[in-house]
Amino acid sequence: MEEIIHDQELESKEYFINMGPQHPSTHGVLRLVLSLDGEIIKKVEPHLGFIHRSIEKMCEHDSYTQIVHLTDRMDYLSCHINNEAVCLCVEQALQIEVPDRVKVIRTIIDELTRLSSHQLWWGVMGMDLGAITTFLYGFRDREMITDIFEETCGARLTMNYNVPGGLFFDIHPNFQKRTKDFLDYFKKKLPEYDTLLSDNVIFTQRMKGIGILSKEDAISYGVTGPTGRASGFSCDVRKHHSYMAYDRVDFKEILDTEGDCFARYKCRINEMWESMQIIEQLIDNIPEGDYKVPTKAVIKLPKGEWYQKVETARGEFGVYIISEGQKSPYRLKFRSPGFSNLSALDHMARGCKIADLVAIMSTLDLVIPDIDR
Amino acid sequence: MKSIINYFKEILFGLKSLVKGMAVTGHYITHPKEIITQQYPENRESLKMFERFRGEVVLLHDENNEHKCTGCTACEVACPNGSIEIIPKRVEIDGRKVKAIDQFVYHLQMCTMCGLCIPACPTDAIVMANTFEHAVFDRSKLTKILNKPGSKIMDGIK
Amino acid sequence: MNWLYDFTYLTQSIHESLSRNFEQGTVVLIEMILVGLAFMILFALLGLVLVYAERKVSAFFQQRLGPMRVGKWGTAQTLADVIKLLMKEPLINKNADKFLFNLAPYIIMITAFMTMAALPFAKGLQALDFDIGLLYISAVSSLGVVGILLAGWSSDNKYSLIGALRSGAQVISYELSVGLSLLTIVILTGSLQLSVIVESQANGWWIFKGHIPAVIAFIIFLIASTAETNRGPFDLAEAESELTAGFHTEYSGMKFAFFFLAEFANMFIVSALGATVFLGGWMPFHIGGWEVFNNIMDYIPPIFWFFGKVSFIIFLMMWFRWTFPRLRIDQLLTLEWKYLLPINLMNILVMAFLVLMGWYF
Repeated sequence: MEEIIHDQELESKEYFINMGPQHPSTHGVLRLVLSLDGEIIKKVEPHLGFIHRSIEKMCEHDSYTQIVHLTDRMDYLSCHINNEAVCLCVEQALQIEVPDRVKVIRTIIDELTRLSSHQLWWGVMGMDLGAITTFLYGFRDREMITDIFEETCGARLTMNYNVPGGLFFDIHPNFQKRTKDFLDYFKKKLPEYDTLLSDNVIFTQRMKGIGILSKEDAISYGVTGPTGRASGFSCDVRKHHSYMAYDRVDFKEILDTEGDCFARYKCRINEMWESMQIIEQLIDNIPEGDYKVPTKAVIKLPKGEWYQKVETARGEFGVYIISEGQKSPYRLKFRSPGFSNLSALDHMARGCKIADLVAIMSTLDLVIPDIDR
Repeated sequence: MKSIINYFKEILFGLKSLVKGMAVTGHYITHPKEIITQQYPENRESLKMFERFRGEVVLLHDENNEHKCTGCTACEVACPNGSIEIIPKRVEIDGRKVKAIDQFVYHLQMCTMCGLCIPACPTDAIVMANTFEHAVFDRSKLTKILNKPGSKIMDGIK
Repeated sequence: MNWLYDFTYLTQSIHESLSRNFEQGTVVLIEMILVGLAFMILFALLGLVLVYAERKVSAFFQQRLGPMRVGKWGTAQTLADVIKLLMKEPLINKNADKFLFNLAPYIIMITAFMTMAALPFAKGLQALDFDIGLLYISAVSSLGVVGILLAGWSSDNKYSLIGALRSGAQVISYELSVGLSLLTIVILTGSLQLSVIVESQANGWWIFKGHIPAVIAFIIFLIASTAETNRGPFDLAEAESELTAGFHTEYSGMKFAFFFLAEFANMFIVSALGATVFLGGWMPFHIGGWEVFNNIMDYIPPIFWFFGKVSFIIFLMMWFRWTFPRLRIDQLLTLEWKYLLPINLMNILVMAFLVLMGWYF
């Protein structure tokens, strides 16, 4: 009798769920193998490779001007910043000093890219938590930025506006007016974001105290960007290794100490304000000059190695070029922020519920092509 | 006692935040003029792309069916994905054999619209057009021959 | 036009003409078939109208236009959707429990039908007028969760199972709050019979006559009934971003459409219940002393009053859904057991005291 009772005792066993590669909240083709006990997550194992296009290998066969457009396809939400990283690295190797005009324009478009990326993130974040309306509002505001990009750069998403030595074309005559219009518009809309999500009691309850990442862990996992800064890890490349026109503008590095989902959320919202401030400082002061330094038709880097890092919307993005003196690099390595940020997911999500995992993933702001390359 | 007051405070604060959120969405449902939807096929007439928009590569022809392409293959070299393929031929001009294009083949299905071929062209023969309705029923239709039949190179372009 | 104001004549004349031609047993049978047909038509119409309304309302909340292509302003969109769903292949998982899998959508549909039977649509337009109508509705409507549980269990899919279990926990908890908030009004009426509850509001709706406790009960009813119908922000059973589609992940074609329809039918039912108990059912809006105003209000037929109030509550529920993020399962239960239930119990106590002292209008 006792044996029977013992056998029938309720035992909770771990079970596995494949979240992805086709799943509404993995934003692409990320496959997470969840080990669950009821609704509680015991382990998260990300499996990559579904969108691997071997961009780094392709770069070894392309010329330096051609490499730039491939970086559009990695982190497509901060494509201009990726382009810039490659261009900066090549310029560093060739010891080209780009004109001031280029520096300022690049900085403005960088910040616009960051804004548009954060707007999309905000919309998607709301949708992940079940508030589908925010998705449409986020895209509504992003549309104005993509219009600016389309007018000046010729494309809405994969702009390819940078070339080693400068820019593809000069800015469009409407660029400044459109950007200012956008800033006026968005300053009215950003408080709405707060009313809809940041102040909402359901939202704050779901975000506060979830997915805590301490400063030490953030550093040891190499978590950068707003995700790292929300944990108190001061890692803003714009501040610490200033490039382009960032040294001449006045902006704050948003830091938080909580390290939970809400801190990450707040960090990004505040970064939007900072980005707008940066653009405001620069938009009326675009210096006159050339938009490009003439380079040779076929760029050949001298023999050597170079590294350049920039701050994308997701974190620190690095380009490492090894050149043997040919027209294409011997080896090229991208340090993508999404990859390191994803590595901390397991650490953050253990002990949380499935719904929390979704919240944590959206605050990490993953772009899968950036992780897989 | 304090905890009871906090309990009710919490509820009131929560309800207030929810009502505030509803006011935002309520604003939009009562202001249908702010709707941002564009109904695409209907607004074809008024829909205009920005002039720099990169839709597809076209080879410019003038009214005499002449273009500026010399067949130098600079665009073919500049293209990162092999979307442009130039098939040359030899033509006789003034008793000299000169290289010219037989076919300027453009694979739209491979093109990433990076625009690198445009500045590469030494004679400004190609431009990026504003067209964007590229959908076709057959993949083979995406491979286009850009030089029109019977076209020839403009005088004085080398 | 008189029949629009009082359906008793219409139903009675049908009954009399039938009795003249048939025996007693046949009359009952024919009447049952007629009522069943009427409810089926209502059900189909509700599905068509509510799906369209949801899509349009959500679109306007989101600054979109919504369906615009099929028919004028996209009015025939739902019909097109139905045709699409009819033509879809009904897929069944290899390891699914086929009997239960096929049964589940029908259970949900049947509960919706059963609940509708006791609703008073207008004066004299009610299929069953129990003396325990309110109890019957709250008892039957909670049966729907069985269908959800079966669907989740038989699908042989872990997402479905999690969704179904979430739904089970949720409906069982929130059933309490719905019942208790309705009880608050029952204290005032002293009857569970829905027609009596409506009649008792002839000189004013309970939400006004019962003032503060009735308003609190109404808010609790709104929250709890939204949760009971598994609609956002309480749509944890479906939780699109977490569980793909929750308990109906594996369903396709018409069986999926049944779940979809049942969601809207349930939404209608809880709204109708709320309208009947709190907002006076088909009773027109009256203000004491304003004779001219009251006469104008009387001129609007009761059935329009009923559907107007129901659509108001449905609109509120849609507004919730398209504004708020989803709750987590533990927060959902905390909300019920730590907030709604204690407040509800206190509220009943206050209401009982008010009734005892006669401090209501």
